Amino acid sequence: MKNIKFLIIGVLFGIILSKSEVVSWYRIYEMFKFQSFHMYGIIGSAVLISMVFMQLFKKGTIKNYWGEQITVKEKKKGTVRTLVGGTIFGLGWALAGSCPGPIFVLIGHQVFPILIVLLGAVLGAFLFGLLEKRLPK
Amino acid sequence: MELLTQPWAWYIAGPLIAIILLLMFYFGRNFGVSSNLETFCTISGAGKVSDYFKTDLKTKSWSLLFVAGIIIGGVISSYFLQGNHPIDLNPQTVQDLTDLGFSNTATSFIPPEIFSTEALFSLKGFLILIGAGMLIGFGSRYAGGCTSGHAITGLSSLQLPSLLAVIGFFIGGLVMTWILFPLIF
Repeated sequence: MKNIKFLIIGVLFGIILSKSEVVSWYRIYEMFKFQSFHMYGIIGSAVLISMVFMQLFKKGTIKNYWGEQITVKEKKKGTVRTLVGGTIFGLGWALAGSCPGPIFVLIGHQVFPILIVLLGAVLGAFLFGLLEKRLPK
Repeated sequence: MELLTQPWAWYIAGPLIAIILLLMFYFGRNFGVSSNLETFCTISGAGKVSDYFKTDLKTKSWSLLFVAGIIIGGVISSYFLQGNHPIDLNPQTVQDLTDLGFSNTATSFIPPEIFSTEALFSLKGFLILIGAGMLIGFGSRYAGGCTSGHAITGLSSLQLPSLLAVIGFFIGGLVMTWILFPLIF
């Protein structure tokens, strides 16, 4: 059960996303309307502080649990993939008012219609897997 | 206790999310949620249809546990940490939503216009939920990540693909919110 720590990290993440209202459809709408700093503050400060961590990983100041250098997986390159894929994702993010993390948090909040969004998301991922070889990179 | 039932400000939540990222990397894993959607495909037997989904599920158990934890975090919040605070939205946002035909705005996390059982069992409501999900699933996998993998992990490690993906996230989100919402609702 060495993986149980990830369950605990997930619990903390679910609580953070709940308490900061990131799981609220309304907060996402407000963000895309540029009517509040809340979401920008959360994402922005998370990115800035993570940037510091990333530098410390690189320098070796922070090592992993086993005392090894921490490396970050490189994201797949490709302009079409990221821009078009990103735009498709953004359409869904705004409509459902939730991205993959919050979908799971809302299941915990017993918002059961979100299960249909999850079903759709799994179908979407499946569709992508089928088409993957034929899509422009 | 007061601190736990109050909504948390951005400057509390943002740094805490960074600490979640730190913990994931400390324990040897990447921070990201959307790859689990592919794992769910594998669990449902998608490997029989496409090699893309042929993966050893044992290598994904840590990530599935992370997702299970996220759900439990939601349960704990809803039972023990909910102060029944309405969402403190910008009054202009509330007005804009009223103009779109939304009522009782921000009394809970989600609008009943989209997430009630009534909406779920109407054709339009069902299509909105499943369609939004499909866009999220297809888009995040095509882009190679979602908010956690691209916006937070990718941007903070200065990766160009993530910057492009986040630009895409906003193009899509703005088109939906500003152009398509008045047509849909």
